[in-house]
Amino acid sequence: MKDISEIRADFPLLSRKVYNKPLIYFDNGATTQKPMCVLDAVREVYTNYNGNIHRGVHAMSDMTSEAYENAREKVRSFINAGKREEIVFTSGTTGSINAVAFSFGERYIKQGDEVILSTLEHHANIVPWQMMCQRKGAVLKVIPVNDNGEILFDEYLKLISPRTRIVAISQASNALGTLLPVVEIIKAAHAKDIPVLVDGAQGIQHGIVDVKSMDCDFYAFSGHKIYGPTGIGVLYAKEKWLSEMPPYQGGGDMVDKVTFEITTYNELPFKFEAGTVNYAGAIGLGRALDYVSDLGRAEISVREKLLLDYATRRLSAVKGLRIFGNSQNKISTISFLLKDIHQYDTGMILDKMGIAVRTGTHCAQPVMDRFGIDGTVRVSMCFYNTLEEIDTLGTGIEKVINMFS
Amino acid sequence: MTINEVQDIIIDEFSLFDDWMDKYNLLIDMGKELPVIDPKFKIKDYLIEGCQSKVWLRPEFDGKIIRFSADSDAIITRGIVALLIKVLSGRTPDEIIGTELYFIDRIGLRQNLSPTRSNGLLSMIRQIKLYAMAYKARGQSGHDV
Repeated sequence: MKDISEIRADFPLLSRKVYNKPLIYFDNGATTQKPMCVLDAVREVYTNYNGNIHRGVHAMSDMTSEAYENAREKVRSFINAGKREEIVFTSGTTGSINAVAFSFGERYIKQGDEVILSTLEHHANIVPWQMMCQRKGAVLKVIPVNDNGEILFDEYLKLISPRTRIVAISQASNALGTLLPVVEIIKAAHAKDIPVLVDGAQGIQHGIVDVKSMDCDFYAFSGHKIYGPTGIGVLYAKEKWLSEMPPYQGGGDMVDKVTFEITTYNELPFKFEAGTVNYAGAIGLGRALDYVSDLGRAEISVREKLLLDYATRRLSAVKGLRIFGNSQNKISTISFLLKDIHQYDTGMILDKMGIAVRTGTHCAQPVMDRFGIDGTVRVSMCFYNTLEEIDTLGTGIEKVINMFS
Repeated sequence: MTINEVQDIIIDEFSLFDDWMDKYNLLIDMGKELPVIDPKFKIKDYLIEGCQSKVWLRPEFDGKIIRFSADSDAIITRGIVALLIKVLSGRTPDEIIGTELYFIDRIGLRQNLSPTRSNGLLSMIRQIKLYAMAYKARGQSGHDV
Protein backbone atom coordinates (compact mmCIF):
# COMPACT_ATOMS: atom_id res chain seq x y z
CA MET A 1 0.00 0.00 0.00
CA LYS A 2 1.08 3.56 -0.67
CA ASP A 3 2.30 5.39 2.39
CA ILE A 4 -0.08 7.68 4.17
CA SER A 5 1.37 10.96 2.95
CA GLU A 6 1.11 9.76 -0.66
CA ILE A 7 -2.49 8.68 -0.08
CA ARG A 8 -3.43 11.99 1.51
CA ALA A 9 -1.82 13.87 -1.36
CA ASP A 10 -4.34 12.17 -3.68
CA PHE A 11 -7.20 13.99 -1.91
CA PRO A 12 -6.98 17.76 -2.51
CA LEU A 13 -9.50 18.67 0.19
CA LEU A 14 -7.57 16.95 2.96
CA SER A 15 -4.86 19.60 2.89
CA ARG A 16 -7.22 22.51 3.51
CA LYS A 17 -7.58 24.43 6.72
CA VAL A 18 -10.72 25.30 8.60
CA TYR A 19 -10.78 28.15 11.17
CA ASN A 20 -7.04 28.38 10.46
CA LYS A 21 -6.46 24.85 11.70
CA PRO A 22 -5.70 21.76 9.62
CA LEU A 23 -8.97 20.02 8.78
CA ILE A 24 -9.41 16.68 10.52
CA TYR A 25 -12.16 14.91 8.64
CA PHE A 26 -13.89 12.26 10.72
CA ASP A 27 -17.28 12.29 9.00
CA ASN A 28 -16.57 9.69 6.34
CA GLY A 29 -19.71 7.76 7.24
CA ALA A 30 -21.71 10.72 5.94
CA THR A 31 -19.62 11.26 2.85
CA THR A 32 -16.03 10.67 1.82
CA GLN A 33 -13.59 13.06 0.16
CA LYS A 34 -12.62 12.52 -3.46
CA PRO A 35 -9.24 11.64 -4.94
CA MET A 36 -8.00 13.82 -7.80
CA CYS A 37 -8.41 10.98 -10.31
CA VAL A 38 -12.18 10.92 -9.69
CA LEU A 39 -12.43 14.69 -10.11
CA ASP A 40 -10.43 14.38 -13.33
CA ALA A 41 -12.64 11.60 -14.65
CA VAL A 42 -15.81 13.66 -14.11
CA ARG A 43 -14.20 16.76 -15.59
CA GLU A 44 -13.07 14.78 -18.59
CA VAL A 45 -16.63 13.71 -19.34
CA TYR A 46 -17.72 17.32 -19.67
CA THR A 47 -14.61 18.68 -21.33
CA ASN A 48 -13.85 15.85 -23.68
CA TYR A 49 -16.71 13.66 -24.83
CA ASN A 50 -20.07 14.59 -23.33
CA GLY A 51 -23.18 13.26 -25.08
CA ASN A 52 -26.33 11.60 -23.78
CA ILE A 53 -25.99 7.86 -23.34
CA HIS A 54 -27.64 5.21 -25.51
CA ARG A 55 -29.27 7.76 -27.77
CA GLY A 56 -27.18 9.42 -30.42
CA VAL A 57 -25.64 8.15 -33.59
CA HIS A 58 -22.87 10.65 -33.03
CA ALA A 59 -19.40 10.14 -31.68
CA MET A 60 -19.94 12.03 -28.42
CA SER A 61 -22.93 9.89 -27.45
CA ASP A 62 -21.03 6.74 -28.38
CA MET A 63 -17.99 7.68 -26.33
CA THR A 64 -20.08 8.58 -23.29
CA SER A 65 -22.18 5.42 -23.61
CA GLU A 66 -19.03 3.36 -23.79
CA ALA A 67 -17.50 5.02 -20.74
CA TYR A 68 -20.80 4.58 -18.87
CA GLU A 69 -21.03 0.90 -19.73
CA ASN A 70 -17.37 0.49 -18.77
CA ALA A 71 -18.28 1.94 -15.38
CA ARG A 72 -21.04 -0.66 -15.08
CA GLU A 73 -18.50 -3.38 -15.82
CA LYS A 74 -16.20 -1.95 -13.15
CA VAL A 75 -19.01 -2.09 -10.60
CA ARG A 76 -19.85 -5.65 -11.63
CA SER A 77 -16.30 -6.77 -11.21
CA PHE A 78 -15.83 -4.80 -7.95
CA ILE A 79 -18.68 -6.62 -6.22
CA ASN A 80 -18.18 -9.83 -8.22
CA ALA A 81 -21.68 -9.91 -9.68
CA GLY A 82 -22.28 -12.52 -12.36
CA LYS A 83 -23.63 -10.29 -15.11
CA ARG A 84 -23.63 -6.65 -16.11
CA GLU A 85 -27.44 -6.93 -16.48
CA GLU A 86 -27.60 -7.23 -12.72
CA ILE A 87 -26.06 -3.80 -12.11
CA VAL A 88 -28.52 -0.90 -12.10
CA PHE A 89 -27.32 2.67 -11.63
CA THR A 90 -29.50 4.69 -9.25
CA SER A 91 -29.21 7.98 -7.41
CA GLY A 92 -27.77 6.32 -4.31
CA THR A 93 -28.53 3.75 -1.62
CA THR A 94 -31.82 5.47 -0.80
CA GLY A 95 -32.84 5.36 -4.47
CA SER A 96 -31.86 1.71 -4.71
CA ILE A 97 -33.83 0.64 -1.64
CA ASN A 98 -36.88 2.67 -2.66
CA ALA A 99 -36.80 0.98 -6.05
CA VAL A 100 -36.74 -2.49 -4.51
CA ALA A 101 -39.32 -1.69 -1.83
CA PHE A 102 -41.68 -0.40 -4.53
CA SER A 103 -41.08 -2.93 -7.29
CA PHE A 104 -40.73 -5.98 -5.07
CA GLY A 105 -43.73 -4.84 -3.04
CA GLU A 106 -45.86 -4.42 -6.14
CA ARG A 107 -45.00 -7.84 -7.40
CA TYR A 108 -44.85 -10.01 -4.30
CA ILE A 109 -46.32 -8.38 -1.18
CA LYS A 110 -49.91 -8.90 -0.11
CA GLN A 111 -51.98 -7.98 2.90
CA GLY A 112 -50.70 -9.59 6.08
CA ASP A 113 -47.26 -10.37 4.63
CA GLU A 114 -44.17 -9.55 6.68
CA VAL A 115 -40.87 -7.76 6.10
CA ILE A 116 -37.97 -8.28 8.51
CA LEU A 117 -35.59 -5.41 9.32
CA SER A 118 -33.18 -4.85 12.19
CA THR A 119 -33.16 -2.19 14.90
CA LEU A 120 -29.85 -0.96 13.44
CA GLU A 121 -31.28 0.24 10.15
CA HIS A 122 -30.77 3.71 8.74
CA HIS A 123 -34.06 5.48 7.99
CA ALA A 124 -33.36 4.77 4.30
CA ASN A 125 -33.85 1.07 5.01
CA ILE A 126 -36.93 1.61 7.17
CA VAL A 127 -39.15 4.25 5.61
CA PRO A 128 -39.37 2.82 2.05
CA TRP A 129 -40.51 -0.52 3.54
CA GLN A 130 -42.91 1.22 5.88
CA MET A 131 -44.44 3.09 2.94
CA MET A 132 -44.79 -0.13 0.99
CA CYS A 133 -46.29 -1.94 4.00
CA GLN A 134 -48.86 0.82 4.45
CA ARG A 135 -49.79 0.54 0.79
CA LYS A 136 -50.08 -3.22 0.88
CA GLY A 137 -51.31 -3.81 4.42
CA ALA A 138 -48.11 -5.65 5.27
CA VAL A 139 -46.24 -5.65 8.58
CA LEU A 140 -42.66 -4.78 9.60
CA LYS A 141 -40.89 -7.13 12.00
CA VAL A 142 -37.79 -5.84 13.74
CA ILE A 143 -34.77 -7.81 14.95
CA PRO A 144 -33.75 -6.50 18.42
CA VAL A 145 -30.14 -5.76 19.47
CA ASN A 146 -28.17 -6.37 22.67
CA ASP A 147 -26.33 -3.77 24.75
CA ASN A 148 -23.24 -4.08 22.55
CA GLY A 149 -25.32 -3.09 19.55
CA GLU A 150 -25.33 -6.56 17.98
CA ILE A 151 -28.46 -8.13 16.56
CA LEU A 152 -29.95 -11.06 18.47
CA PHE A 153 -29.65 -13.84 15.94
CA ASP A 154 -31.99 -16.24 17.74
CA GLU A 155 -34.66 -13.55 17.78
CA TYR A 156 -34.16 -13.12 14.05
CA LEU A 157 -34.75 -16.83 13.49
CA LYS A 158 -37.93 -16.58 15.53
CA LEU A 159 -39.20 -13.71 13.38
CA ILE A 160 -38.99 -15.74 10.18
CA SER A 161 -42.50 -16.97 9.44
CA PRO A 162 -44.48 -18.37 6.53
CA ARG A 163 -45.61 -14.78 5.89
CA THR A 164 -42.05 -13.36 5.64
CA ARG A 165 -41.53 -12.13 2.08
CA ILE A 166 -38.19 -10.34 2.33
CA VAL A 167 -35.43 -9.49 4.82
CA ALA A 168 -33.73 -6.07 4.53
CA ILE A 169 -30.66 -5.48 6.66
CA SER A 170 -27.60 -3.28 6.65
CA GLN A 171 -24.16 -4.68 6.23
CA ALA A 172 -22.90 -2.29 8.91
CA SER A 173 -24.71 0.11 11.22
CA ASN A 174 -24.07 3.72 10.30
CA ALA A 175 -24.83 4.86 13.86
CA LEU A 176 -22.81 2.32 15.89
CA GLY A 177 -20.45 0.75 13.37
CA THR A 178 -21.58 -2.82 14.09
CA LEU A 179 -21.00 -5.27 11.24
CA LEU A 180 -23.99 -7.57 10.89
CA PRO A 181 -23.60 -11.32 10.24
CA VAL A 182 -25.06 -10.92 6.75
CA VAL A 183 -23.93 -14.30 5.43
CA GLU A 184 -25.67 -16.15 8.29
CA ILE A 185 -28.74 -13.91 7.97
CA ILE A 186 -28.96 -14.71 4.26
CA LYS A 187 -28.44 -18.44 4.79
CA ALA A 188 -31.26 -18.61 7.32
CA ALA A 189 -33.60 -16.66 5.04
CA HIS A 190 -32.72 -18.68 1.95
CA ALA A 191 -33.42 -21.89 3.85
CA LYS A 192 -37.03 -20.69 3.77
CA ASP A 193 -36.79 -19.28 0.21
CA ILE A 194 -36.90 -15.70 1.46
CA PRO A 195 -34.81 -13.15 -0.44
CA VAL A 196 -32.52 -10.68 1.34
CA LEU A 197 -31.61 -7.09 0.57
CA VAL A 198 -28.33 -5.84 2.00
CA ASP A 199 -27.91 -2.09 2.54
CA GLY A 200 -24.22 -1.75 1.78
CA ALA A 201 -23.97 2.01 2.31
CA GLN A 202 -21.55 1.49 5.22
CA GLY A 203 -20.05 -1.77 4.01
CA ILE A 204 -18.86 -1.33 0.45
CA GLN A 205 -16.00 1.06 1.33
CA HIS A 206 -14.52 -0.94 4.20
CA GLY A 207 -13.52 -4.25 2.71
CA ILE A 208 -14.09 -6.84 0.05
CA VAL A 209 -17.71 -7.24 -0.99
CA ASP A 210 -18.52 -10.30 -3.04
CA VAL A 211 -22.23 -10.59 -3.78
CA LYS A 212 -21.76 -14.08 -5.18
CA SER A 213 -20.27 -15.57 -2.05
CA MET A 214 -22.53 -13.42 0.16
CA ASP A 215 -25.42 -14.68 -1.98
CA CYS A 216 -27.60 -11.65 -1.27
CA ASP A 217 -30.53 -11.06 -3.61
CA PHE A 218 -30.14 -7.28 -3.59
CA TYR A 219 -27.19 -5.09 -2.64
CA ALA A 220 -27.41 -1.29 -2.50
CA PHE A 221 -24.67 1.31 -2.13
CA SER A 222 -23.84 4.97 -2.78
CA GLY A 223 -21.02 6.35 -4.87
CA HIS A 224 -20.22 9.26 -2.59
CA LYS A 225 -19.44 7.04 0.38
CA ILE A 226 -16.75 5.20 -1.57
CA TYR A 227 -14.79 8.23 -2.79
CA GLY A 228 -17.00 8.72 -5.85
CA PRO A 229 -19.32 11.59 -6.81
CA THR A 230 -22.67 12.32 -5.16
CA GLY A 231 -25.96 11.52 -6.87
CA ILE A 232 -24.93 8.12 -8.16
CA GLY A 233 -25.50 4.76 -6.58
CA VAL A 234 -25.87 1.12 -7.42
CA LEU A 235 -28.50 -1.52 -7.09
CA TYR A 236 -27.25 -5.04 -7.61
CA ALA A 237 -30.05 -7.58 -7.96
CA LYS A 238 -30.10 -11.17 -9.09
CA GLU A 239 -31.37 -11.30 -12.64
CA LYS A 240 -34.39 -13.38 -11.66
CA TRP A 241 -35.74 -10.52 -9.52
CA LEU A 242 -35.03 -7.80 -12.03
CA SER A 243 -36.80 -9.81 -14.72
CA GLU A 244 -39.88 -10.45 -12.61
CA MET A 245 -40.24 -7.10 -10.87
CA PRO A 246 -42.08 -4.25 -12.59
CA PRO A 247 -40.08 -1.08 -13.16
CA TYR A 248 -40.15 1.59 -10.49
CA GLN A 249 -40.10 4.62 -12.74
CA GLY A 250 -41.21 5.13 -16.30
CA GLY A 251 -39.49 7.33 -18.85
CA GLY A 252 -36.99 7.41 -21.63
CA ASP A 253 -34.37 4.72 -22.21
CA MET A 254 -36.23 2.13 -20.12
CA VAL A 255 -38.67 1.30 -22.89
CA ASP A 256 -38.74 -1.02 -25.85
CA LYS A 257 -41.86 0.21 -27.63
CA VAL A 258 -44.30 2.89 -26.54
CA THR A 259 -47.83 3.44 -27.77
CA PHE A 260 -50.64 5.16 -25.91
CA GLU A 261 -52.21 1.75 -25.40
CA ILE A 262 -49.25 -0.18 -24.07
CA THR A 263 -45.53 0.07 -23.49
CA THR A 264 -43.06 -2.76 -23.51
CA TYR A 265 -39.90 -2.43 -21.47
CA ASN A 266 -36.30 -2.43 -22.49
CA GLU A 267 -34.00 -5.30 -21.58
CA LEU A 268 -32.03 -5.40 -18.31
CA PRO A 269 -30.64 -3.36 -16.74
CA PHE A 270 -32.16 -0.47 -18.73
CA LYS A 271 -35.69 -1.34 -17.61
CA PHE A 272 -34.73 0.14 -14.23
CA GLU A 273 -32.85 3.17 -15.55
CA ALA A 274 -35.56 5.59 -16.64
CA GLY A 275 -34.51 9.01 -17.89
CA THR A 276 -30.98 10.31 -18.20
CA VAL A 277 -28.95 8.63 -15.48
CA ASN A 278 -26.18 10.60 -13.79
CA TYR A 279 -23.69 9.12 -16.24
CA ALA A 280 -20.87 11.49 -15.33
CA GLY A 281 -21.34 10.33 -11.75
CA ALA A 282 -21.30 6.70 -12.84
CA ILE A 283 -18.06 7.24 -14.77
CA GLY A 284 -16.58 9.00 -11.71
CA LEU A 285 -17.69 6.12 -9.53
CA GLY A 286 -16.01 3.65 -11.86
CA ARG A 287 -12.78 5.59 -11.42
CA ALA A 288 -13.23 5.66 -7.63
CA LEU A 289 -13.59 1.88 -7.58
CA ASP A 290 -10.36 1.61 -9.58
CA TYR A 291 -8.66 3.84 -7.03
CA VAL A 292 -9.86 1.67 -4.13
CA SER A 293 -8.84 -1.53 -5.94
CA ASP A 294 -5.40 -0.08 -6.69
CA LEU A 295 -4.89 0.81 -3.03
CA GLY A 296 -5.94 -2.72 -2.14
CA ARG A 297 -9.16 -3.56 -0.35
CA ALA A 298 -7.57 -6.05 2.00
CA GLU A 299 -4.94 -3.42 2.87
CA ILE A 300 -7.67 -0.84 3.45
CA SER A 301 -9.39 -3.20 5.90
CA VAL A 302 -6.16 -3.77 7.80
CA ARG A 303 -5.40 -0.07 8.00
CA GLU A 304 -8.91 0.86 9.10
CA LYS A 305 -8.88 -1.85 11.78
CA LEU A 306 -5.67 -0.33 13.09
CA LEU A 307 -7.30 3.10 13.21
CA LEU A 308 -10.38 1.67 14.94
CA ASP A 309 -8.35 -0.13 17.60
CA TYR A 310 -6.12 2.87 18.24
CA ALA A 311 -9.08 5.28 18.47
CA THR A 312 -11.07 2.90 20.67
CA ARG A 313 -8.13 2.68 23.08
CA ARG A 314 -7.53 6.43 23.04
CA LEU A 315 -11.18 7.37 23.56
CA SER A 316 -11.74 4.67 26.18
CA ALA A 317 -8.96 6.31 28.20
CA VAL A 318 -11.04 9.49 28.50
CA LYS A 319 -12.85 9.56 31.84
CA GLY A 320 -16.60 9.93 31.39
CA LEU A 321 -16.64 8.84 27.75
CA ARG A 322 -19.19 6.17 26.90
CA ILE A 323 -18.95 4.28 23.61
CA PHE A 324 -22.19 3.03 22.06
CA GLY A 325 -21.62 -0.05 19.94
CA ASN A 326 -19.05 -2.38 21.47
CA SER A 327 -19.18 -5.28 19.09
CA GLN A 328 -15.94 -7.08 18.22
CA ASN A 329 -16.96 -6.74 14.58
CA LYS A 330 -17.10 -3.10 13.58
CA ILE A 331 -16.27 -0.79 10.74
CA SER A 332 -14.00 2.11 11.71
CA THR A 333 -16.79 4.09 13.35
CA ILE A 334 -17.09 5.10 16.99
CA SER A 335 -20.24 6.58 18.48
CA PHE A 336 -19.93 8.14 21.92
CA LEU A 337 -21.18 10.59 24.52
CA LEU A 338 -19.20 12.57 27.09
CA LYS A 339 -20.58 12.55 30.65
CA ASP A 340 -23.84 14.50 30.52
CA ILE A 341 -22.60 16.86 27.83
CA HIS A 342 -25.00 17.22 24.91
CA GLN A 343 -23.67 15.78 21.63
CA TYR A 344 -24.36 19.08 19.89
CA ASP A 345 -22.13 20.96 22.35
CA THR A 346 -19.32 18.45 21.85
CA GLY A 347 -19.65 18.61 18.07
CA MET A 348 -19.68 22.42 18.03
CA ILE A 349 -16.49 22.73 20.04
CA LEU A 350 -14.69 19.99 18.09
CA ASP A 351 -15.69 21.78 14.89
CA LYS A 352 -14.03 24.95 16.15
CA MET A 353 -10.87 22.89 16.63
CA GLY A 354 -11.03 21.85 12.98
CA ILE A 355 -12.37 18.38 13.73
CA ALA A 356 -15.40 17.35 11.67
CA VAL A 357 -17.62 14.80 13.41
CA ARG A 358 -21.29 14.07 13.07
CA THR A 359 -23.73 14.64 15.91
CA GLY A 360 -27.37 13.72 16.34
CA THR A 361 -29.37 10.60 15.64
CA HIS A 362 -27.53 9.74 12.40
CA CYS A 363 -30.85 9.06 10.65
CA ALA A 364 -31.23 6.02 12.89
CA GLN A 365 -33.68 7.09 15.58
CA PRO A 366 -34.72 3.52 16.52
CA VAL A 367 -31.08 2.82 17.49
CA MET A 368 -31.06 5.89 19.74
CA ASP A 369 -34.38 4.84 21.28
CA ARG A 370 -32.96 1.39 21.97
CA PHE A 371 -30.18 2.95 24.05
CA GLY A 372 -32.42 5.58 25.62
CA ILE A 373 -30.45 8.51 24.21
CA ASP A 374 -31.33 11.21 21.76
CA GLY A 375 -28.10 11.25 19.83
CA THR A 376 -24.36 10.62 19.89
CA VAL A 377 -21.15 12.07 18.57
CA ARG A 378 -19.91 9.90 15.72
CA VAL A 379 -16.32 9.59 14.56
CA SER A 380 -16.19 7.70 11.27
CA MET A 381 -12.70 7.05 9.99
CA CYS A 382 -11.26 5.74 6.78
CA PHE A 383 -7.87 4.84 5.36
CA TYR A 384 -6.71 8.43 4.85
CA ASN A 385 -7.05 9.30 8.53
CA THR A 386 -3.98 9.18 10.74
CA LEU A 387 -3.04 8.20 14.27
CA GLU A 388 -1.98 11.81 14.87
CA GLU A 389 -5.49 12.97 13.99
CA ILE A 390 -6.87 10.54 16.56
CA ASP A 391 -4.45 11.97 19.16
CA THR A 392 -5.69 15.49 18.36
CA LEU A 393 -9.26 14.27 18.70
CA GLY A 394 -8.45 12.75 22.10
CA THR A 395 -6.95 16.02 23.33
CA GLY A 396 -9.89 17.94 21.87
CA ILE A 397 -12.40 15.75 23.68
CA GLU A 398 -10.59 16.32 26.96
CA LYS A 399 -10.79 20.08 26.34
CA VAL A 400 -14.53 19.78 25.72
CA ILE A 401 -14.98 18.00 29.04
CA ASN A 402 -13.04 20.75 30.83
CA MET A 403 -15.09 23.48 29.18
CA PHE A 404 -18.43 22.05 30.18
CA SER A 405 -17.71 20.79 33.68
CA MET B 1 -33.41 50.49 27.23
CA THR B 2 -34.44 49.76 23.66
CA ILE B 3 -34.04 46.35 22.08
CA ASN B 4 -31.21 47.62 19.93
CA GLU B 5 -29.38 49.08 22.93
CA VAL B 6 -29.47 45.64 24.53
CA GLN B 7 -28.19 44.10 21.29
CA ASP B 8 -25.33 46.61 21.21
CA ILE B 9 -24.36 45.84 24.82
CA ILE B 10 -24.16 42.14 23.97
CA ILE B 11 -22.02 42.91 20.93
CA ASP B 12 -19.66 45.00 23.12
CA GLU B 13 -19.46 42.24 25.68
CA PHE B 14 -18.46 39.65 23.08
CA SER B 15 -16.04 42.00 21.32
CA LEU B 16 -13.80 41.83 24.40
CA PHE B 17 -12.75 38.37 23.27
CA ASP B 18 -10.80 37.53 20.16
CA ASP B 19 -10.51 33.84 20.83
CA TRP B 20 -13.51 31.69 19.91
CA MET B 21 -12.93 29.55 23.00
CA ASP B 22 -13.47 32.59 25.25
CA LYS B 23 -16.61 33.53 23.34
CA TYR B 24 -18.02 30.08 23.80
CA ASN B 25 -17.08 30.10 27.47
CA LEU B 26 -19.00 33.37 27.85
CA LEU B 27 -21.93 31.78 26.07
CA ILE B 28 -21.79 28.75 28.36
CA ASP B 29 -21.81 31.07 31.40
CA MET B 30 -24.79 32.94 30.02
CA GLY B 31 -26.58 29.66 29.46
CA LYS B 32 -26.01 28.81 33.12
CA GLU B 33 -27.51 32.15 34.22
CA LEU B 34 -30.71 31.60 32.24
CA PRO B 35 -33.60 31.29 34.69
CA VAL B 36 -34.73 27.74 34.22
CA ILE B 37 -38.17 27.16 32.78
CA ASP B 38 -40.44 25.51 35.33
CA PRO B 39 -40.11 21.73 34.64
CA LYS B 40 -43.89 21.45 34.53
CA PHE B 41 -43.77 23.54 31.36
CA LYS B 42 -41.18 21.32 29.70
CA ILE B 43 -43.94 19.67 27.75
CA LYS B 44 -44.74 19.11 24.13
CA ASP B 45 -46.85 22.27 23.90
CA TYR B 46 -43.79 24.42 24.50
CA LEU B 47 -41.21 22.24 22.74
CA ILE B 48 -39.49 23.37 19.59
CA GLU B 49 -38.00 20.25 18.16
CA GLY B 50 -34.70 20.38 16.30
CA CYS B 51 -32.69 17.43 15.08
CA GLN B 52 -29.57 18.62 16.90
CA SER B 53 -30.96 20.13 20.07
CA LYS B 54 -34.33 20.95 21.59
CA VAL B 55 -35.67 24.27 22.81
CA TRP B 56 -38.60 24.88 25.16
CA LEU B 57 -40.23 28.29 24.96
CA ARG B 58 -43.15 29.58 27.03
CA PRO B 59 -44.78 32.99 26.63
CA GLU B 60 -46.74 34.94 29.24
CA PHE B 61 -48.63 38.01 28.15
CA ASP B 62 -49.95 40.53 30.68
CA GLY B 63 -51.86 42.58 28.15
CA LYS B 64 -48.90 44.87 27.53
CA ILE B 65 -45.66 42.96 27.38
CA ILE B 66 -44.69 39.36 26.67
CA ARG B 67 -42.35 37.55 29.03
CA PHE B 68 -40.60 34.48 27.71
CA SER B 69 -39.03 31.68 29.67
CA ALA B 70 -37.01 29.11 27.80
CA ASP B 71 -34.51 26.29 28.01
CA SER B 72 -32.50 23.94 25.82
CA ASP B 73 -30.93 20.54 26.31
CA ALA B 74 -27.63 21.69 24.75
CA ILE B 75 -25.62 24.29 26.66
CA ILE B 76 -24.39 26.32 23.69
CA THR B 77 -27.93 26.50 22.34
CA ARG B 78 -29.01 27.47 25.86
CA GLY B 79 -26.50 30.32 25.86
CA ILE B 80 -27.95 31.70 22.66
CA VAL B 81 -31.46 31.16 24.00
CA ALA B 82 -30.42 33.23 27.05
CA LEU B 83 -29.24 36.03 24.76
CA LEU B 84 -32.49 35.97 22.80
CA ILE B 85 -34.50 36.11 26.03
CA LYS B 86 -32.37 39.03 27.22
CA VAL B 87 -33.15 40.90 24.01
CA LEU B 88 -36.76 39.93 23.38
CA SER B 89 -38.42 39.14 26.71
CA GLY B 90 -40.41 41.85 28.50
CA ARG B 91 -41.18 43.71 25.28
CA THR B 92 -44.44 44.66 23.64
CA PRO B 93 -45.66 42.66 20.64
CA ASP B 94 -44.96 45.66 18.39
CA GLU B 95 -41.36 45.94 19.58
CA ILE B 96 -40.78 42.23 18.97
CA ILE B 97 -42.40 42.24 15.54
CA GLY B 98 -40.37 45.28 14.44
CA THR B 99 -36.99 44.01 15.63
CA GLU B 100 -34.20 43.03 13.35
CA LEU B 101 -31.92 40.65 15.22
CA TYR B 102 -28.42 41.60 14.15
CA PHE B 103 -26.44 40.75 17.27
CA ILE B 104 -26.05 37.02 16.55
CA ASP B 105 -24.34 37.74 13.27
CA ARG B 106 -22.14 40.45 14.84
CA ILE B 107 -20.88 38.24 17.68
CA GLY B 108 -19.93 35.55 15.19
CA LEU B 109 -22.61 32.99 15.98
CA ARG B 110 -24.46 33.22 12.70
CA GLN B 111 -23.77 29.59 11.84
CA ASN B 112 -25.97 28.64 14.77
CA LEU B 113 -28.92 30.18 13.00
CA SER B 114 -28.42 28.29 9.78
CA PRO B 115 -31.58 26.38 8.87
CA THR B 116 -29.47 23.31 8.18
CA ARG B 117 -28.25 23.26 11.78
CA SER B 118 -31.72 22.35 12.96
CA ASN B 119 -30.95 23.19 16.57
CA GLY B 120 -34.29 24.83 17.31
CA LEU B 121 -32.95 28.40 17.42
CA LEU B 122 -34.30 29.61 14.11
CA SER B 123 -37.68 28.07 14.91
CA MET B 124 -37.52 29.72 18.34
CA ILE B 125 -37.13 33.17 16.81
CA ARG B 126 -39.92 32.44 14.37
CA GLN B 127 -42.10 31.23 17.24
CA ILE B 128 -41.39 34.35 19.33
CA LYS B 129 -42.50 36.53 16.43
CA LEU B 130 -45.59 34.39 15.89
CA TYR B 131 -46.57 34.73 19.55
CA ALA B 132 -46.09 38.50 19.27
CA MET B 133 -48.29 38.67 16.19
CA ALA B 134 -50.95 36.47 17.77
CA TYR B 135 -51.04 38.56 20.98
CA LYS B 136 -51.14 41.74 18.97
CA ALA B 137 -54.05 40.43 16.94
CA ARG B 138 -55.96 39.35 19.99
CA GLY B 139 -54.97 42.31 22.14
CA GLN B 140 -55.85 40.48 25.30
CA SER B 141 -54.10 38.54 28.04
CA GLY B 142 -53.47 34.84 28.43
CA HIS B 143 -50.86 32.51 27.13
CA ASP B 144 -53.03 29.97 25.40
CA VAL B 145 -52.17 31.11 21.91
